Amino acid sequence: MIETLQALAEPNRFQIVELLRDGPRPVGDMVHRLGLRQPQVSKHLRVLSDAGLVDMRVDAQRRIYALRPAPLKELEVWIERYRRVWEAKFQRLDGVLAELKAKEKKRGRTKR
Amino acid sequence: MKNSGTLKVTTPSDREITMTRIFDAPRHLVFEAWTKPELVKRWLYGPDDWRLAVCEMDLRVGGALRFVWRHSAEQSMGMSGVFREIAPPDRLIFTEIWDEDWTGGEALNTLIFTEHAGKTTMTQTVLYSSRAARDGALKTGMEHGAAVSYDRLAELLKS
Repeated sequence: MIETLQALAEPNRFQIVELLRDGPRPVGDMVHRLGLRQPQVSKHLRVLSDAGLVDMRVDAQRRIYALRPAPLKELEVWIERYRRVWEAKFQRLDGVLAELKAKEKKRGRTKR
Repeated sequence: MKNSGTLKVTTPSDREITMTRIFDAPRHLVFEAWTKPELVKRWLYGPDDWRLAVCEMDLRVGGALRFVWRHSAEQSMGMSGVFREIAPPDRLIFTEIWDEDWTGGEALNTLIFTEHAGKTTMTQTVLYSSRAARDGALKTGMEHGAAVSYDRLAELLKS
């Protein structure tokens, strides 16, 4: 998980992942779109590949990269669990607020 | 509770976690529920059997806050902090640091309350000392989250 976040934290790598969301792309195409030099793009792709975020296949001497959804899905699940813990707290807060509102109404005043 | 918004969690930068949620109450009440210990104790706890055993707030700029959650006689988790800004009903800023310091230094908590048609949008941003600290906080949330049984969740949804 930390590996996924570290790989994504670099802005150019994040851009590469964004580009690959639309579908697989050859390296040359990404070099063109990112305005980076080929060695830089290759270096970023290696980091993404090590983190399991992309897969590569060779097609007529072109290296085609594609996104692997598994680590991104894992990241989503991770944030969702964090969200759930807090949502449970905030649902109790809803209850407390409903009570405060009712009390205020009973007192017949609106304090602002 | 119906009418309550769903919590949104985002990571706007590599050191922050932001939570946004709508509450069906005017913001002076939301502010009150965040700053009166007897009210805070009623909701800021969990998951499972973790209870907020100690909740002390010296509600003034530079004043201390102290929270201790207890699970059993042996297990507890403490957090201390200092109020940086108190601007009812729209803003509350305080620092937080855990006793075990699993976030590598103190974090800054900024709560902003905006009101529209009697409902309050709360935006809570926690700024950590580093990306590793932020990730650690998310990870802890995950571990605790995984521990929440669906039964208990269903029970909470009914209330």
